[in-house]
Amino acid sequence: MSTNASQNAVYARIRKNPRFTELVSKRQGFATLLSVIVLTIFYGFFMVVAFNPNLIGQRLSEGSYVTVGIAAELFMFIFFWVLTAVYVKRANGEFDAITTEIIRDASKEVK
Amino acid sequence: MLARLNVALLALLAPALSFAGDAISATEKQPLNLHAIGMFVLFVSMTLGITYWAAGRTKSASDFYTAGGGITGFQNGLAIAGDYMSAATLLGLTALVYTKGVDGYIYMIAFFAGWPIILFLMAERLRNLGKFTFADITSYRLNQSKVRTMAAVSSLTVVCFYLVAQMVGAGQLIKLLFGLDYNIALFVVGALMMVYVTFGGMVATTWVQIIKACMLLAGGTLVAVLAMSQFGFSFEKMMSQAVSLHSLGEKLLFPGTLLPDPITALSLGLGLMFGTAGLPHILMRFFTVTNAKEARKSVLYASGFVAYFFNVILLMGFAAIIIVGQNPEFFEGGQIGGKIVGGGNMIAMHLAKAVGGNLLLGFLSAVAFATILAVVSGLALAGAAAISHDIYARVIRKGKATETEELRVSRFASVGLGLVAILLGIVFEKMNVAFMVALAFGIAASANFPVLILSMYWKGLTTRGAVVGGYVGLIAAVLFVVFSKSVWVTVLGNAQALFPYDQPALFSMPLAFLVTFIVSKLDNSAEAQAERAAFDDQYVRAQTGFGAAEASAH
Repeated sequence: MSTNASQNAVYARIRKNPRFTELVSKRQGFATLLSVIVLTIFYGFFMVVAFNPNLIGQRLSEGSYVTVGIAAELFMFIFFWVLTAVYVKRANGEFDAITTEIIRDASKEVK
Repeated sequence: MLARLNVALLALLAPALSFAGDAISATEKQPLNLHAIGMFVLFVSMTLGITYWAAGRTKSASDFYTAGGGITGFQNGLAIAGDYMSAATLLGLTALVYTKGVDGYIYMIAFFAGWPIILFLMAERLRNLGKFTFADITSYRLNQSKVRTMAAVSSLTVVCFYLVAQMVGAGQLIKLLFGLDYNIALFVVGALMMVYVTFGGMVATTWVQIIKACMLLAGGTLVAVLAMSQFGFSFEKMMSQAVSLHSLGEKLLFPGTLLPDPITALSLGLGLMFGTAGLPHILMRFFTVTNAKEARKSVLYASGFVAYFFNVILLMGFAAIIIVGQNPEFFEGGQIGGKIVGGGNMIAMHLAKAVGGNLLLGFLSAVAFATILAVVSGLALAGAAAISHDIYARVIRKGKATETEELRVSRFASVGLGLVAILLGIVFEKMNVAFMVALAFGIAASANFPVLILSMYWKGLTTRGAVVGGYVGLIAAVLFVVFSKSVWVTVLGNAQALFPYDQPALFSMPLAFLVTFIVSKLDNSAEAQAERAAFDDQYVRAQTGFGAAEASAH
């Protein structure tokens, strides 16, 4: 995959733009935070399954068939999906707006 | 894709799941199912119509591999969900809930949890750096020939093992559902797949997948709603009956034999999560959308559909305990609690018949067949892309092949893969092929994923590191599976497994990372210096999408 000289010049300009550094650290920080949340809950749940399976079958209230396990999993399905929605909203809005701006500035300066 | 995933899952836990072998070993042929065949013929004519339309729009390499990059996030989300949810999802997971209760739900969350991670860490970089295959990304700043050859070898290995597992499963399932002969079923699947891929490329493959996903979602929902109506839509009422009728009783609500120890649990979680992120046909889907924005949206829609459908399956499985499990019609010899007619994987089909009669049964059977077709088409396309785009155009012709030449090779490759799939399907008919999916997942997680993620995140990666690490991951995954119980004991007939776990990811994936890291670190050649220096520009493109492959104008 070859990149031509003017493209490389744009890349160099973008790198020097403090807004780019800001964008990357903000977005990467956000993505990392969300990943850590998902991985912690997910593997935490799996550890409970592995080490304390009795807790999974505990009922939330007397006479109810909604157990800790069923409730926790339904929560994960919904919560993880909500997190993807949160990320998509912020990345497609706030972050992409900054990206467009950075590219516009860099392309303009090169010409 | 869940077909594969699911078979993988079953393979990972084969000892725990006695019914896992049913789909594979079932040989009894059912009477001709006319409703099912009628609806399937309808599906096939519709998809052939789409293929005809798509063929007119498939002119460039970009059209063929990635539908010109013009698929919207919503469409791609449906297609990814379709890739992920297959016949085995519907049949295998319903059966799993039916026999094991809450264990099945635990399984499903493991299938689902990889998607948010793919979104957060990979989706936008994949779209910004890739063009047709994921090797475009790994070879972006590394040696084209060596890295692409490695990526193509592991992609084709993954695709072939998957295709075999799919074809054998398809033959058995179709024999069961439609009453068609095994070999005829293989030829029907293989021939349709070749037509879709060769003429319609990614446009046709995507639309086949979208239609199938809608059919699957609609069919599953309908069965679940009809089943729930028998309990006044009360989860509590259904559960109290299920618990009192099931032989496991209260144990239905507790984790059982599925995740016996932390190592298995962790290996399963890792293998599913990162195997998904290393499957060539899934990665390819990220190049079919217009830009990173749409790539992110695809994951949002896909994971929404998958999460929804898994919960539908949970309801179907529990409802089946009462509706199917208490009806003598569905047991051989009318003996309740005996052998299920057609084998354990038929639970979802029996439930459809019980709540919706022959018409719903026919519809769901057609959905299952459509699902298999869509899944093998996606696989064949990914394999053809590895042959024509990576090996032929970039390695053999060093990027000097014309688009027409590359396209011609990719079409021959699709036909070739179709023939190979039919042939292997016939050869492996009587064999237990469940391990092949575990192998495909292990290879994807150990050979593709480490190199891919390091190429996007780590400046220090060099050609030498990527190639050595990739091959080590590939070989380690193969050896671990060969030495595991599912091959060493079950297939080769040895007494004792040399490797105690069925899923290699927990061991082979870290090994691949480690080797890639060390070899890259020790590499001080001039090429390595240049490759590290090239990371900065790649990084800007990955982050901003500037210079990324554009959607072709349509």
